Amino acid sequence: MQKYGWSLPIDVSTHGYQIDRLIWVIHWFMAVLFVGWFLFFLYTLFRFRARAGHKPEHHEKHFKLPTYLEAGVAVFEVVLLVGFSFPIWAHIRNQFPDEKKALHVRVVAEQFAWNVHYPGPDGVFGRTSPALMNASNPLGIDRTDPRALDDIATINQLHIPVDTPVIAQLTSKDVIHSFFLPVMRVKQDTTPGQQIPVWFQAKQTGDFEIACAQLCGLGHYRMRGFFVVDPKETFTQWLAEQAPKPEEIAAWTAAAAAAASKPVAAPAVAAPASH
Amino acid sequence: MDATIHHISKPHPVTGVTNSKLGTWLFLASEVMLFGSLFSAYVLIRTGSPSWPHGWTLLNVPLATLNTLILITSSVTMVMAWASLALKDLGKYRLYMGSTVLLGLGFLVVKSFEYGSKFAHHHYPATDTFYATYFTLTGLHGLHVIGGIVLNTYLLFPGSALWKKEPDQFLGRVEAAGLYWHFVDLVWIFLFPVLYLL
Amino acid sequence: MSQTNGHSHPHGAAGHDSHELPFWRKYIFSVDHKVIGIQYAVTGLLFLFFGFCLMMLMRWQLAYPGQPLPVPFLANLFNETQMISGIMLPEFYNQLGAMHGTIMIFLGVVPLAVGGFGNFVVPLQIGAPDMAFPKLNMMSYWLYFIGGILMLASFFVPGGTAQSGWTSYPPLSVIASSGQTWWLVGMAFLINSSLLGSINFITTIVQLRAPGLSFFRLPFFVWAQFVTSFLLLLAFPPLMGAAVLQLMDRLAHTSFFLPTGLVVNGAPIAGYSGGGNPLLWQHLFWFLAHPEVYVLILPAMGIVAEVIANNTRKPLYGYKALIYSVVFLGFMSFIVWAHHMYLTGMGTGMSAFFQVTTMIISIPSVIILTTMILSLWGGAIRFTVPMLFALAFLPMFGIGGLTGLPLGLNASDIHLHDTYYVIGHFHYVVAPGTIFALFAGVYYWFPKATGRQMVGWLGKLHFWPSLIFINGVFMPMFIQGMAGVQRRLYDPMQYAHAQPTQVLNVVMSVSAWLLGLAQIPFIVNFFYSIFWGRKADQNPWQATTLEWTAPSPPPHGNFTSEPVVYRGPYEYASPDSKSDFWPQAMKEKN
Repeated sequence: MQKYGWSLPIDVSTHGYQIDRLIWVIHWFMAVLFVGWFLFFLYTLFRFRARAGHKPEHHEKHFKLPTYLEAGVAVFEVVLLVGFSFPIWAHIRNQFPDEKKALHVRVVAEQFAWNVHYPGPDGVFGRTSPALMNASNPLGIDRTDPRALDDIATINQLHIPVDTPVIAQLTSKDVIHSFFLPVMRVKQDTTPGQQIPVWFQAKQTGDFEIACAQLCGLGHYRMRGFFVVDPKETFTQWLAEQAPKPEEIAAWTAAAAAAASKPVAAPAVAAPASH
Repeated sequence: MDATIHHISKPHPVTGVTNSKLGTWLFLASEVMLFGSLFSAYVLIRTGSPSWPHGWTLLNVPLATLNTLILITSSVTMVMAWASLALKDLGKYRLYMGSTVLLGLGFLVVKSFEYGSKFAHHHYPATDTFYATYFTLTGLHGLHVIGGIVLNTYLLFPGSALWKKEPDQFLGRVEAAGLYWHFVDLVWIFLFPVLYLL
Repeated sequence: MSQTNGHSHPHGAAGHDSHELPFWRKYIFSVDHKVIGIQYAVTGLLFLFFGFCLMMLMRWQLAYPGQPLPVPFLANLFNETQMISGIMLPEFYNQLGAMHGTIMIFLGVVPLAVGGFGNFVVPLQIGAPDMAFPKLNMMSYWLYFIGGILMLASFFVPGGTAQSGWTSYPPLSVIASSGQTWWLVGMAFLINSSLLGSINFITTIVQLRAPGLSFFRLPFFVWAQFVTSFLLLLAFPPLMGAAVLQLMDRLAHTSFFLPTGLVVNGAPIAGYSGGGNPLLWQHLFWFLAHPEVYVLILPAMGIVAEVIANNTRKPLYGYKALIYSVVFLGFMSFIVWAHHMYLTGMGTGMSAFFQVTTMIISIPSVIILTTMILSLWGGAIRFTVPMLFALAFLPMFGIGGLTGLPLGLNASDIHLHDTYYVIGHFHYVVAPGTIFALFAGVYYWFPKATGRQMVGWLGKLHFWPSLIFINGVFMPMFIQGMAGVQRRLYDPMQYAHAQPTQVLNVVMSVSAWLLGLAQIPFIVNFFYSIFWGRKADQNPWQATTLEWTAPSPPPHGNFTSEPVVYRGPYEYASPDSKSDFWPQAMKEKN
């Protein structure tokens, strides 16, 4: 299957065809306008080139055709807006799939990787905290939170099952990145301090990629993640393999109990700095 | 060869203004955009915050009220300076312009007490976004006050030599400086309630 | 900063002031708009050349990622924080990218188009002896100069120069190395230079027009500069405000743009309170940067209009429509800015507003382009060198403008945002668009500024290869953009979706280097003609506007006596005139 080439990448999403259709419609429109203008332009240059016996006209002929063309362009732009762009954007921004039927993930961008957070079988994201973030826990998952015991964290691995709606909450740890799935026609800035949801559904399996679409530092060019659309059973199996091991869960539970029995727990969030 | 630029002292017959007056209004338009953008930034930051203290709980309202009165008075003395000059009284002009400069310096002295007190209590721009906004907005305004004081001092002393050669042009310069000074005052009239009273 | 044009040998005819000024006050700290205009133009051209060199370096890395520079002496110019054994480092690539944009826009195109052409031509075209505020004019040039020096100096500070794009988005720009502070301070100087300049232009055009020169008899070039000056006056201050806020964040550790809870390099960021909003910067920045792109195009449209009218030997079509369109465009340019921010999480309401205004603003642009093409109809077209560049501007700007459509609609922008499609779009408008128009202006007004003509065949040798290669550089970018190739990538080969179009990078880079070579005839022509060009008379193009009634080059004060204007700016082929052109200031029938 030819995924990538000199034109739009393959589209494996359920909604992307609308975007692709709009892109092609606009480009046909642009081509018609440009070819028309350009041919007229060349003809005019030829017909009205200065030569012996040829005199220029002073009196201004008022051309009606350009006014009609201009009006036509304006009308077509209204059609593009109202008939295409407004409904597509509304569909993408507002018509989220049913939360109960969707796979929920969180994607937390950082310099220079994509952290993916799955809620696990309980379907609830455990607590996270910036204070807990480090190299072995980039998402800062607080494993003392019982709901976090089954959470799954991956680095640069976004796997989703085919034919399943996905709701992804996007944010960033450090600078503005942008979550781009070329084959899903999904692109959304990930801004620190904000959590922005996107939804998408893949209709075809395959191995694809996540790209960063906003300059984020010297590693921006290599902020490539793996975006894999699996058959449903394969996905379930993969997720199970990523899940925390029983001994890890036991260790976390023990640590949580020990911390709870101590008299004063350290604050979870760093106190605001004051000079 | 006539290289004279027109409408330096005499207004343009159609627009009714001299070059420097038009130029000053244009400059003030850009200053409105500058302070306007900073006020907009303040609105965005404040409305995006989970909580925001009332200005009077953290800032010195009496001192700022005093400063407001100082600036308003200085605008009055500025007009008096211009009017004295229009009535060809250089002595009164110097008196009023001198008062404007002194009042401007007074504003800065009060401001330095305010800032000093904040620093002494370890409140800096970095402390939080409230102080960041307070220091940045009043600081930029303060820089504009300094600019006005420098300009007015110039017109009070060395610049006043132009009065002998080109009185109309000099009067125009004082008027332009007055417009600027009123604008600086006006910005404070907005800053004071927004930062201190809301 | 010495002059390299005709002013270096005074003609002695229409004299200077009775007291001769010393060299440093005549040519360096001059208050004469023509000298200042030439200073701006020469400095601007030098910066354009430097910015072009930065791009040629980047294009090596893009065509042959990770390969050492083929020319050893070039590699030796760089230290180990920039290149290792001639192989570019990613941080240096990002520096080149940020500075290429900054330099081309703020140090190259605008100073040349507004500071250079505007300063030199506008007072002459309105029949004034100089700008309204000559000393302020001089100050604006030197503020620009200082800003330029600061920007150049920033390359040498530890950590290198600014590397967060010319757009400087925080938090990246706030945590970046000290070069970013230099960028902000440099921008402050440039903004203030621009501010003083715009006050000067507006006052001059309003107050100093010659008798009889009403607003609707002004050359379109003057209208274009007039609207441009309002854009600069009103749009730059918010960027000044934003720069102050970003400087506060960087130097005083405020958090205007930093939200709470930032974790950088694995640790919570220390010393910042948080509570800020990165999007605040984007709003303030784009509030300036969108009108800025109209600052880039309007003077160019003005030049093209002048050259077309002169070389079709007939009046411009739709003169009034042009003026109303350019004024409307100016207004609209203030309310489209967030179309650069569609993907920041914008909802349906705000994005609908900005899409509508963006579509509306395309209308005056189309009207302007169409009236210029229609101005050719019925003419007697002379293919002089300025006319070649002015004609090429039209379809090139057409491509640039049309490719703005899929970007202006947010649904299609989802795929195209921040890809090479965007780079192709804006470069078509600015490079074969504005820069070609600026070349037209140089060839057109060179005889007025220097008293000598440029060599025609060298001009054609400059034009044709430039046209071909510039399309070779930018047309493939649309293909890359459709394929999803992002911009600002040090090594596009890292992404599978970018690999198929990698061969286009080689095509574009070779085109860029050949485009550089194609400028040699221009550089040779420019300097040769200053000293040895064929002498030009007062009105070598047989043009109607006022600058052609002054001597070439005009002396201090410009006109022997103040011109009086009797008619509109483009009375070519008038039935009331025997000659095929009837100058604005000529009372009697020609």
